[in-house]
Amino acid sequence: MTDKQKISKDFPGQVHETPGGGIVLSKLDDVINWARSNSLWPLTFATSCCGIEMMAVASAKYDFSRFGFEVARASPRQADVIIIAGTIVNKMAPVLKRLYDQMADPKYVIAMGACAISGGPFFYNTYSVVKGADHVIPVDVYVAGCPPRPEALLHALISLQEKIKMGMTREQIKTNS
Amino acid sequence: MTNEELKTRLTELLPTATFEEGGEWVTVNIEPSGWIEVAGKLRNDNTLFFDYLFCVTCVDWKTHLSMVYHLSSSIHRNSIVIKVKLDSKNPEIATVSHIWRTAEFHEREVYEMFGVNFLNHPDLRLLILPDGWEGKNPMRKDFEDPINMIKL
Repeated sequence: MTDKQKISKDFPGQVHETPGGGIVLSKLDDVINWARSNSLWPLTFATSCCGIEMMAVASAKYDFSRFGFEVARASPRQADVIIIAGTIVNKMAPVLKRLYDQMADPKYVIAMGACAISGGPFFYNTYSVVKGADHVIPVDVYVAGCPPRPEALLHALISLQEKIKMGMTREQIKTNS
Repeated sequence: MTNEELKTRLTELLPTATFEEGGEWVTVNIEPSGWIEVAGKLRNDNTLFFDYLFCVTCVDWKTHLSMVYHLSSSIHRNSIVIKVKLDSKNPEIATVSHIWRTAEFHEREVYEMFGVNFLNHPDLRLLILPDGWEGKNPMRKDFEDPINMIKL
């Protein structure tokens, strides 16, 4: 195989060599998922201290742009993934739902930190906190931590990419069935 | 004015008041029935002139409630704490919102969180909690969360 015929290792398809060149065989869905997974723009959405950690992941030291989370968008209509970074209180829940509804399909959700997973330290006998963001919107990837390390969030973002490539996010399963 | 001088002056003004030891600020215990007159004196007396009420809150001690007022004077640079014991079954105290305007919102918050009834308050209704929370008093120790209550 010459250099021209080589394709990226994670590209979903095989090269069939023919005289004078080659043909890539693949499924269109796989190619679309591959393309989508490498350009996921997050929404700037943070409700507490996890947001600071999320900003650290966006900054030069960790830099999630390297993995295709290129720019954080301030409008849900331009965002592909919402990282729920922080506590969701009862008054915030309708706002979160509305933001999710305003995002264009396909859309993905990451629940970052203990509060977004379960209500975290506010789980017991509270009057104001939603016990997990998945009471409001469907979640694809959960990251444990309080707050999670930047490496943990990067791992979650990469896990989300893997999930999209496999067609296993909630949005994708819902459309296929 | 040092804390000792402040105590002397307060004893002159309020002979029945008792002091609590150990805090950074002078802490005075007062009966709820006399609170409104005491508040007027603290605000208007020239040697004290507590013109700024910077915190109003409440503590649930299970046996009783305790109102806590933090006052400071922008002229004399003194701060004091006033504590008033209330009955937890029927907590009632006179409002001070006509003396310190800021008390109006602070008292509404204490009303929604602890259920303290502020007599003669101009607009006593929920501040932050949504409609339907009247009488539930989430900051009381006996408040139970209907969704995830864990009893130890």
